[in-house]
Amino acid sequence: MKKVFSRPKSLKRATFHYCPGCGHSLIHRLIAEVIDEMNLQERIIGVPPAGCAVLAYYYLDVDIGEAPHGRAAAVATGLKRALPDRVVFTYQGDGDIAAIGTAETIHAAARGENFTTIFVNNAVYGMTGGQMAPTTILGQNTTTSPGGRSQRRDGYPIHLSEMVAVAQGSAYIERTAVNSPAHILKTKRAIAKAFEVQLAGKGFSLVEVLSPCPTNWKMTPEASWKWIDDVMAVHFPIGLIKDITKDKRDDH
Amino acid sequence: MPAGYIEIDPELCKDCKLCMAVCPHHLIESSERLNEKGYRPASFRESHLKKDERKCTGCALCAISCPEVAIEVYRA
Amino acid sequence: MRGNHTVGEAAVRAGCRYYFGYPITPQNELTEYMAERLSKTEGGVFIQAESEVAAINMVIGASMAGGRVMTSSSSPGISLKQEGISFLSALELPAVIVNMTRGGPGLGNIAPAQSDYFQATRGGGHGDYRNIVLAPSSGQELANLTFEAFDLADRYRTPVMVLGDGMLGQMMEPVEFQAEVPLKKLPAKDWALTGAKGRPSRFIRSLLLDPVEEEEHNWKLMRKYEKIAKEETRWETFLIEDARMVVVAFGTAARIAKGAIKRVREQGLKVGLIRPISLWPFPFKAIKDIAKRVRHFFVFEMNMGQMVEDVKLALEGGGDVYFYGRPGGIIVAPMELSRVITNQYYQKRLL
Repeated sequence: MKKVFSRPKSLKRATFHYCPGCGHSLIHRLIAEVIDEMNLQERIIGVPPAGCAVLAYYYLDVDIGEAPHGRAAAVATGLKRALPDRVVFTYQGDGDIAAIGTAETIHAAARGENFTTIFVNNAVYGMTGGQMAPTTILGQNTTTSPGGRSQRRDGYPIHLSEMVAVAQGSAYIERTAVNSPAHILKTKRAIAKAFEVQLAGKGFSLVEVLSPCPTNWKMTPEASWKWIDDVMAVHFPIGLIKDITKDKRDDH
Repeated sequence: MPAGYIEIDPELCKDCKLCMAVCPHHLIESSERLNEKGYRPASFRESHLKKDERKCTGCALCAISCPEVAIEVYRA
Repeated sequence: MRGNHTVGEAAVRAGCRYYFGYPITPQNELTEYMAERLSKTEGGVFIQAESEVAAINMVIGASMAGGRVMTSSSSPGISLKQEGISFLSALELPAVIVNMTRGGPGLGNIAPAQSDYFQATRGGGHGDYRNIVLAPSSGQELANLTFEAFDLADRYRTPVMVLGDGMLGQMMEPVEFQAEVPLKKLPAKDWALTGAKGRPSRFIRSLLLDPVEEEEHNWKLMRKYEKIAKEETRWETFLIEDARMVVVAFGTAARIAKGAIKRVREQGLKVGLIRPISLWPFPFKAIKDIAKRVRHFFVFEMNMGQMVEDVKLALEGGGDVYFYGRPGGIIVAPMELSRVITNQYYQKRLL
């Protein structure tokens, strides 16, 4: 019998502090698997968010530098410009990237900064206890949108990936999810592709991952997987958003 | 002949039950006992069975879905 | 050479290869100089960031990578950088931040002022930290102190502020620069994030959830600041040997004060000057020492009274402190200041 699945080397032997069923745990593992398979461990630097994943350095066995909330795209810009032959990635939640970090993200994309952003979208502010996020769906109940997000009081959610796609320097943008084995594997491929785009020097790459937050959604992990399909993915469609590396004839 | 086997680390498991939801043959169940964190860890129903008695194919859908990297999968 | 250009040239000669900035008067010439100079320098990186906030965070990134890095702005833009400066201090990252102070508060005006003294020395950012603050008073000092700032930043792993003002930035003066430092002569940074090749991975972070760890980190920073206070306090004195009244002023104000003092000396008034060059660490002891022989101090600042508090702290309740301040970009001419000094001298019956 051959072992066909085990912990990736770049994932430290530490118990995740994340909640049962949290998407961060899955996405961390996928990043570690890609780092192993693409042999990047010695030349990759990560920038985690403020949020549940602030402690990513306890799990990913790579060089990691903290950034103030929302500023990962600027910190990554400084790192990548200083070390252009290293792989630089940011790992950000929906508040970090689409509320406080919107300007830095759009501008990094516009400049075509050659780093990768992994955007974990769970439609809520997890770390701080479940407040409304820029990607909270209309009607979704959170601690700061009691009764459900209302367009009049709270405005519409933000589609950051689509906004970033408008920026000319963005090269590859895809939205995936981690709510089924098939989607999890697609997320892994998207992360790998994003790093490939970076290595080829094509510009800014971003993978948005629809991710469950069972605790703040007040659902079981299984129900949270279903909610992503039934609700989140309706407003944030899964699929390729932009890929300048694709031959136009291959568009399917 | 299916020839798969999984090992679940009970101390890493947080009882999210996602592995149980994805296993095509329903080969994972909640354990009776509690682990150190107070969760009832997932448990492989066929762990005591011999190779030709098991239904597990080693598809690894459980391991892929496990947030805690608690499952290792073997395949012939 | 224009003061703003001087800062840029000194920085590059000190090995600065990364500059991130944003236009704001009266320091735009520095941003523009860096754009030009770094585009012609091997390994030079210039980005006009989308905001002063973005710029200070790019500084964090480039500093983490181990480079010599600078940003510059003026008062409101420095306000925007405060979170980043707190982070740089907590993360123990070297960087040089240049503030060409303008009138404030709020949008203020673009005229020179010294109203960011509190912001610079007390920190507009959160938490317990101190930054080295150097206050040049001339074009030559802009060159010298900017050049040194990078060494200080690296040596102590701390951000260093060069606190100028709009006038210093605009003035044209002759300057002599030190020779350019070859990058490979700079000491290696064994803490930098460069990719975990041939070594264990490392992380640079300031989140210390365990209060015991956080307390220890604060003590570590404080021990560093104590060392800096011991080794890096700088000041200059002028005609204090026989002085009966000593002016305390920094930067452009000190320059004006020297002119005023020369005038009143011609009238027989025995006035001297102590000019702090490091605003943090502040020369408390030097002032206290002067107070052993001199009772009367005349603090002159281009603000509503900021450094005067440190002077009073230095005197620990002793001495007699008179404050004369002009905010909002008013540049007092030496003649006018000499009248105020003379008036005060007579009022205190020092003749």
